[in-house]
Amino acid sequence: MIQLEVITKTYPMGKRELTVLHGVTFHIAPGEMVAIMGPSGSGKSTTLNVLGCLDQPTSGRYYLDGRDVSRLNRRELARVRAHKIGFIFQSYNLLPRMSALDNVTLGLKYAGIRDRSLAREALARVGLADRESHRPAEMSGGEQQRVAIARALAKKPPVILADEPTGNLDSRSSEEIMGILTTLHKEQGNTLVMITHEQEMASYCQRVIHLKDGKVLREERP
Amino acid sequence: MRFLDPLLSAWRSVLAHKLRSFLTTLGIVIGVAAVIGLLAIGRGAQNEIIASIESLGANLVQITPRTGAGGAPTLSVEDARAIEGQIANVKTVAPVVRATHQVVANGQDIIAVSIGTTPGYLLAYNLEVASGSFFSDYDVARSARVAVLGANTANDLFGDANPVGQEIKMGGAVVRVIGVLKPKGAAIMSPDDNIILPLAFMRQFTTQQRTPQGEHVVHSIALSVADAQYSPQVVAEITDLLRERHRLLPDADDDFRILSTDDIAAQASEAMSIMTVFLGAIAAISLLVGGIGVMNIMLVSVLERTREIGIRKALGARERDIWSQFLLEAALLSLNGGAIGIALGYGIAATVGYFVQEITPIVTPEVVVLAATVSIGIGLFFGFYPAWQASRLNPIDALRAD
Repeated sequence: MIQLEVITKTYPMGKRELTVLHGVTFHIAPGEMVAIMGPSGSGKSTTLNVLGCLDQPTSGRYYLDGRDVSRLNRRELARVRAHKIGFIFQSYNLLPRMSALDNVTLGLKYAGIRDRSLAREALARVGLADRESHRPAEMSGGEQQRVAIARALAKKPPVILADEPTGNLDSRSSEEIMGILTTLHKEQGNTLVMITHEQEMASYCQRVIHLKDGKVLREERP
Repeated sequence: MRFLDPLLSAWRSVLAHKLRSFLTTLGIVIGVAAVIGLLAIGRGAQNEIIASIESLGANLVQITPRTGAGGAPTLSVEDARAIEGQIANVKTVAPVVRATHQVVANGQDIIAVSIGTTPGYLLAYNLEVASGSFFSDYDVARSARVAVLGANTANDLFGDANPVGQEIKMGGAVVRVIGVLKPKGAAIMSPDDNIILPLAFMRQFTTQQRTPQGEHVVHSIALSVADAQYSPQVVAEITDLLRERHRLLPDADDDFRILSTDDIAAQASEAMSIMTVFLGAIAAISLLVGGIGVMNIMLVSVLERTREIGIRKALGARERDIWSQFLLEAALLSLNGGAIGIALGYGIAATVGYFVQEITPIVTPEVVVLAATVSIGIGLFFGFYPAWQASRLNPIDALRAD
């Protein structure tokens, strides 16, 4: 499903250049649930941005679902994000002026799906059927993250990318979120890549990729 | 639904900042209201002036002398007779002599401008007699000592009493009033303040002036064309006739000026059009300022919603989705302003029309459509840059913003 081939990423920093990724290579099979771990500055956020087609690698190849997406233009990248990828962020990133249902619908809208019943269904699957009309400010952090999961999953993308999804939550909510994620992952069979720095969260995954200084340090199966 | 959805979402975000949206809109409101109001008032004034010119007599042609520096007066009674005898499609010709006289009657003592002319004057200037009658050709021929008073003159001399049959003294002569004219109001060339006398009688007590050819000088000649369509032809023929009578060399300028009501109306109308365009241009500047206000607020709005833009992009929004969203908001803002401005402009025009009775403001549908189009256009034009800026935001940076 995901193939990264010697990905490098270099940012211009004034006159010098800052290289964040020094040739990252790994493969993720369809339906796999993988955690990416590493200390801060190891390049795990940049890797996730590249995986999510929010950013393009300086060199190397990235094959998503069999297609080379490392040289696409901005328009094509937006299409890939809309149809292939569901994002879950550490800080939920819900639109504050919209209800839970509207937030989930928004995720469908850009994928060209106009069927609101899919949004309702997704909210029901994260256990928030009765919170459709609530705004983010009226919900707890755990509930907001569940709305975000529903938003990412509603369009049934082949790949879900989660950026420290439990980073802002207490341990009880964290467990709840991880429970939902693993359950839905099993049911829906999509590929899930998650960034985390907590070993406990990584243990939910089938495989852990450790990054350090912009390179893959090692892989393990917990 | 497909088109309604983005519209609804734009509307919601306009409503999310009610005061700000209102203040932004205000610039457009004032601009559009100014354009609509000023154009309506300008157009109303234009119509009023044309109507007042046409009240002169729709088919009136006036001939006045145009004497160069030190030139002798040239227009004569004989010219008037020649026109009457030789030019086709002319209904009446009235030679006009003017003089200022002291007039005494009924214990009142006033200075008035008297006009010596023939009965044709009544028709040429589209005048009506309120009481009594106008003098006849016979009165002119026998130099009858009779006078017709303008409405104000009658009122100054006799107040509410009926002047018809009364006697007035002017220039040492005793004159009998035989008629009073209906008032014409503020119209151009209003005879309200005049006294009208038979031409021959007038000549008896005014200094006789002669043209170089020894003819009797008049101050102007008024004539009425049978139908407005003949007006250009009549003017051309009179020009030839008078040049011949005045023995002008082919390369000499005319020593007279011929103005038809149509010409005057056209000139006044053109002058008013320029005025109206000028007013409209000033109003358009305020519309421009309003547009800059919209741009300003849209830029702030983009800045504020950077994170929202990042989220939308991460969810797969294309650049087109982002800029159309912001453009729609800008257009909606200024369209609202336009709608309120049109209503306000109507109100201003109606209020002016209510207090200034001479002017009936005219709001034409074209102006309304134009104002609505221009206000949407301004929204799109000034919304374009902020919207473009929003669409080009880097999603990673945008997601990091707070």
